[in-house]
Amino acid sequence: MAQFRVCPSSGLYFHKSAESLMKANAVAAAVSLLIAGFLGVLVALTRWPAVHLLPADSYYMVLTVHGIGALIFWIIFFEIAILYFASSTLLRCRLATPRWAWLGFILMVIGAITTTVTVFKGGSSVMMTSYVPMPAQPTFYLGLILFAVGALIGVFVFFGTLVVAKDENTYQGSVSLVTFGAITAAIIAVFTIASGAIILIPTFLWSVGYIGHIDPLMYRIIWWGLGHSSQQINVAAHVAVWYLIAGVVFGARPMSEKVSRSAYLLYILFLQLASAHHILVDPGVSSEWKVFNTSYAMYLAVLASMIHGLTVPGSIEVAQRSKGYTKGMFEWLRKAPWDNPVFSGMFISLVGFGFLGGISGVVMGTEQINIIIHNTIYVPGHFHATVVIGTTMAWMALTYLLIPVLFRRQMIFPQVAKWQPYVFGLGMTIVSVFLMAAGTLGVARRHWDMGFAGSPLGFQYPGTAYVLMGIAGIGALLAAVGGAMYLIVTVGSLVFGKKLEQSAGFLQSFGKPLADAVYNVEHPEQVPMASRTVVEQHGSAGFHAPGTFALALVLLVSFVIYYFINWNYLAAVWPLR
Amino acid sequence: MASYLPPAQEVWWKEPVGKDEIVWILIAFTWCMVLFFMMPYWHLYGKQNLSNEAYQTTPAKYQEKVQAMVDKYKVREEAGLPVVAPPPGSDVYLLGRLWQWYPILELQKNKSYRLHLSSADWQHGFSLQPVNINVQVLPGYESVITTTPDRSGEYTIVCNEYCGLGHHTMLGKIHVKE
Repeated sequence: MAQFRVCPSSGLYFHKSAESLMKANAVAAAVSLLIAGFLGVLVALTRWPAVHLLPADSYYMVLTVHGIGALIFWIIFFEIAILYFASSTLLRCRLATPRWAWLGFILMVIGAITTTVTVFKGGSSVMMTSYVPMPAQPTFYLGLILFAVGALIGVFVFFGTLVVAKDENTYQGSVSLVTFGAITAAIIAVFTIASGAIILIPTFLWSVGYIGHIDPLMYRIIWWGLGHSSQQINVAAHVAVWYLIAGVVFGARPMSEKVSRSAYLLYILFLQLASAHHILVDPGVSSEWKVFNTSYAMYLAVLASMIHGLTVPGSIEVAQRSKGYTKGMFEWLRKAPWDNPVFSGMFISLVGFGFLGGISGVVMGTEQINIIIHNTIYVPGHFHATVVIGTTMAWMALTYLLIPVLFRRQMIFPQVAKWQPYVFGLGMTIVSVFLMAAGTLGVARRHWDMGFAGSPLGFQYPGTAYVLMGIAGIGALLAAVGGAMYLIVTVGSLVFGKKLEQSAGFLQSFGKPLADAVYNVEHPEQVPMASRTVVEQHGSAGFHAPGTFALALVLLVSFVIYYFINWNYLAAVWPLR
Repeated sequence: MASYLPPAQEVWWKEPVGKDEIVWILIAFTWCMVLFFMMPYWHLYGKQNLSNEAYQTTPAKYQEKVQAMVDKYKVREEAGLPVVAPPPGSDVYLLGRLWQWYPILELQKNKSYRLHLSSADWQHGFSLQPVNINVQVLPGYESVITTTPDRSGEYTIVCNEYCGLGHHTMLGKIHVKE
């Protein structure tokens, strides 16, 4: 029986089992985002000093679930869907071992529910980091371990699918750049999940009393191999999504396969060293270790990100210029489809990740500058730029693409979808910028009351800090509106959107395949080769993307200025040696 | 015709590279080297570097040292906590515990002190305000930072590592005298 269908609008092939798994993982991701996002609003309303919504115990409980739900569950469920898409769909091959993939999915769901319920039952408000020796209930760690095992199974199903594709000759030569990026993400994921297992399994045994002592410094170093590297999976995966969207919306080719793929190789080799960013002001770790690791060897992963920062918009510029948008430096950008949320979401993700998240991340990851930033609310400011504006907005943009293609539903409320990336992007930009600003005034992260009520010794942050935290709260409300718009459009389309194909009923949006008749392709045609890149056609003389190059220089200048401003701040604090 | 199709040239490593990309890679690489060498440079010529001096300890052993210092150099009490004025150049022991920084310190401007930090229980964050110096404090580890307060006044130590329900009440003080 035929197992494949071809999407009439995009020409993409979907394997029945892979399609169901993608849907199930994407829906689980959206549910995680709904929960984590709602809790995020409660966190923001508590940190807004004039509102100060929750009491201390619920605040720390909600903050713990917000962190885990947004940084782990939402992101990794969606990443598994992306891995299946980048292997089975893009390589036009069957998914390897779908039953194992379902087992992985079920373990992830059980794990996510276990940890979430445990925190809400109390006694486990230990934050996402669960630093020892502060204890959580054993089921807190157990849930995370189950989730990680499930995710690891998903990653290996992805690797297995690559083997199937090669074996069955579904493509020729090398895999596409997007799949290459997904492979990078998957390799980093194996490292990440292994680190998580190495530290969380002993911590679980400690929580049940089987192991007597977990060294807090060792815990921090290995845990961050999970905590930071999981965000590096995101970087590799959302860069792949940027390339994918550039390809789908503009028909863009990478400017050069060699450059983009080499940049991914640098990610594989160096990106994970960045877990050192969290250990820069810890005792017992030498400066040499800190300098080498915090700089990803010698900033080679930063180099890779700066390369993608040029080549992703550069590939769009080249594609646009070949369509005749050649006037001046920026006609290609002005004439881009700004009312298509797939493009606008992706582009805001790219710019926000580079300018806000990227620059602040490198600055705060500088060994000595970290002294004036560590554990202040600057840190959440930074990662709301990388993980929310960067990764989450890339995922959102991709969902708009997938609703008709994967779920075979017409998107409802296209006007809402059109504005959603702008509302959400603006809200999160405000959150990110103002949290970073408050952090430079010393406001602590993970802290219930910046007024220190009940302390025998009082302290007042400067009045400006209160204003900044208030503005961040307003930004969070705006972002919440944007998040709600996203969920209304996506969930609404899955339930009420017009069916574009013979359906198997309501459950087709949640993992059930479409009607049998839709799967009418026995063997998809071999994946065609891409046309030659612009450099292959025209040689390497001259600039093919001058507008992008100019924008990249703007990024560099901002980077240089901001970097040295922070050294200047540092030079003003008490001498330390 | 797109990023999600296999490359036309099977061995992508042999592809030519455009000029804009090469120029940008060279610029970015140069900047990465500046980023890297700023850190060793600051170790040599900058004034704000955390030391590599740290010891393994236990909460009990460390608390003994803190108490010995308090007994020797206590000058008065403030809000129920001892205020300690150790001589310049000496070892100063500060303890983080649920939920206070113990004891209150009185230091002299422009004099150096060897400040020891450790925790009696969970992880804490030493966050000196409004100077904004932030250092992680771990139980079982004793770090030593030589610091020179260069302005007089009253400074507050906020705890900025989450340490339970009373976390927001965990403050400490350092007075810097002319």
